[in-house]
Order: sequence, then structure tokens, then C-alpha cells
Amino acid sequence: MAQRQSFQIGTGLFILLGFLALAYLATQTTSLANYRQGDSYALKARFTNIGQLKLRAPVKVAGVRVGSVSDIKLETDKLDALVTLSIDKRYDQIPDDSAAAVFTSGLLGDQYVALQPGGSPDMFKNGDEIVLTQSSMQLEELIGKYLVGGDAGKGGDKQAPKSDAPPADKPAGDKSGK
Amino acid sequence: MSSAPQRLSPFTAGLAQIGACGIFLLQILRAVPGSLRYLRETVRQVYFVGAMSLVIIMTCGLFVGAVLGLQLYDVLSRFGSAAMSGTVVALALYRELGPVVTSLLFAGRAGTSITAEVGLMRATDQLDAMEMMAVDPLAYVIAPRFLAGVLAMPLLACIFNALAILGAHVVAVSWLGLDNGTFWSNMTASVDVWTDVINGVWKSFAFGAVVTLIATFQGYTTPPTSEGVAYATTRTVVFSSIATLAIDFVMTAFLM
Repeated sequence: MAQRQSFQIGTGLFILLGFLALAYLATQTTSLANYRQGDSYALKARFTNIGQLKLRAPVKVAGVRVGSVSDIKLETDKLDALVTLSIDKRYDQIPDDSAAAVFTSGLLGDQYVALQPGGSPDMFKNGDEIVLTQSSMQLEELIGKYLVGGDAGKGGDKQAPKSDAPPADKPAGDKSGK
Repeated sequence: MSSAPQRLSPFTAGLAQIGACGIFLLQILRAVPGSLRYLRETVRQVYFVGAMSLVIIMTCGLFVGAVLGLQLYDVLSRFGSAAMSGTVVALALYRELGPVVTSLLFAGRAGTSITAEVGLMRATDQLDAMEMMAVDPLAYVIAPRFLAGVLAMPLLACIFNALAILGAHVVAVSWLGLDNGTFWSNMTASVDVWTDVINGVWKSFAFGAVVTLIATFQGYTTPPTSEGVAYATTRTVVFSSIATLAIDFVMTAFLM
């Protein structure tokens, strides 16, 4: 009987240990660890392009995590991305002229929303919208801008001598006509 | 069973073995409801198969984690991303190494003992004696061991993973000087519960079923000689390891 009891105690301990390990792995080493949120308040922000921003992406002020992205929607009338940020109640001293920007951590890392504090004496309240936003920097866009911008500049220079004279003349002619 | 396959070609004999193993699985599953009467036997087997494997699983987990931390810190720092070593250790463990290494260790520690025990029961006619007493040996001997293996493997894999994370943490943070916050925050940022942790648990469920199935099958169908039991034990380890790695590949392809 005593031996049977010790079997059962050992088995129970083993099963308990196993489930404790599973619970530890699931809650402490995965994204669930970031998921626990106390009281929070919501801010909205519109971006023309959010890049690879995902749900639950961090929201940071000065690099410190203050909340997470709780919702991403497309505004059908303006075709803007409407991002809802859920900010921890502890950080309720964010001036209401602060700007939101979608940044990338590192060169190829995940994207997050950075809040750049403004100087207003009033603070953001629940449901406020962040007016000043800066969309995600798309690498392709930057490269395209650089290439096209460079070309356009050259093209403009080439065209300028040819096309500069007639338009300059025409308005002058119009004016003189009047 | 032992006389007929000897005339077959090795390929056909192997096919016959797989077929017999499949039929054996169905027989076990049919015996499972009957084995609930012997719940105490199942608990005893969980103790033997699971709790007694804790020492080897925990020690190996600690060392596997430590060596992963060491290797990945060294390799990743060549690319300037040593900060990711915690993440890579966790992903490698949860998705692959935890279930697979646990299964291989389990085959060596528990699978062999199941085969040897059941094989000796066969060799000493205990299984036949049970049948004479109208006790179904599948329900009393095999099904409890099978259930115990299926239950114990995921728990062992979780314990292995937890200890391995601890080992990696000790090496990367305490020894090599990676920042503690970096280690954990990168890990929590990139590891997902469902696609990583729980998929690993599904894998270890399957491994537990396969390893105990092979172990009980080899023991149950062993030639009733001491040499037969010896060969059956060897086959358990060989077949379990092959089956674990093959099923791991297939399951990974499906669970991705």
C-alpha cells in the first residue's frame, strides 16, 4: 500500500511538473508574455502606409514600450490605414501634439509605432486621434525616389533650355496682348 | 508469426511487420476502454515511463540548451546578431529539438524497458497465463503502457524545453554576457504559443504514441527466447529512432 501510494505521489508530481513546464514555456517565453495588459486607453492614428506593421506590434516612446497595436483597419472613404493603439494607463502623460511614426527596429526587424512627444500642455485622452503621423519608410519607395528623383533632375535640366524660352515668351505675349 | 515471414524477401517481411504493427495499434485502441478498469496500472506505468525518465531528460535538456546557447551565440555574433540567440534557441527547441531529442531519449530509456519487460512476459508465458485466467493481456499489460507513453512524452518534452532554456540562459547570459533583457524580450517578441509551443506538443504526442507502439509491439511479438528479447530490444531503439525522425519530417511539413 505504501509503495502504491509512493507511485501515485511520484506520478502526480511528474504530471504537475510537466504542466508547470508547459505553462512556463507558454506564458513566459512567448508573445503571451507581452500580451498581459493592465488598464489601457486607446489612441487612433491614420497612416497612408503602415508597411509590415502587425497586430500586437509594440508602441514605443523613446524606445520604451508603452503599449501595443490593438487594431488595424482600412478606412474605406479615405483609403487610409486606421491603427488603434492601446497605451498602458501608467503612461497617460503623452502630450496631444505628439507624432506617431511607423519605424523598423534594426535594418530588417519588425515594425513598431514610435510616438514622438510634442510640447503641448494637454495630454492624450482615451479615443483621441494622433493627427501628426508619418508612414512607414518603404525601402523600395526610397530607392525609387532616389533613382527617379535623380533622373527627373537630369531630365529637367535637359528640358529646361529647350522649353524654358517658349513658356517664358508665351506669358509675356499673353500679358502684352492683354 | 515467427515462422512465416522468414521465407519472405526482406522487403515483404518489412511490409508485413509494418502491417502487423498497424493491426496491433488497432488492437491496443480497442483494448483501451477495457484497460480503464486497470487505471492504477496506468498510473504505475506513468511513474515508470515518465517520472523515472526525469533524470535523464532534465540532465540532457540542460546540456542541450547550454550547447545551443554556446554555439548560437558564437555563430550569430559573427553576423552581429548575438541578441537573437535566445530567440533561435527557443524556436529550435520548441519546434524541433525538444520533441525529437526527448523521443530519442525516451526510446532508449523507457522503450527498451517496455520491450524487455513485455518480451520477458512473453518468453516466460506470463501473457499466455493471463489469457488462461481470462485477463486480456492487451488491456492489462499493453494498453496501460501505451497510454502512459502517450501521456508522458509531451510532459517530458515540456520539461526538457524548460530546462534547455535555463541551460541556454546560464550560458548566454551568465557566462557569455548577453544582456538578460535582450535575451528574454527578443524571445517573447518572436516566439508564438500556437505555432511554436503547441505544435511541438502535438509532435511529442505523436512520438509518444509511435515509440510506445513500437516498444510494446516488439515486446509482444518477440520470439520467446533470450536472444529474441535481446533482438527485440535493439529493434525497438532502431525502429523508434527512424520512425521519430521520419514522422518529425512529415509532421513539420503539415504543421508549418
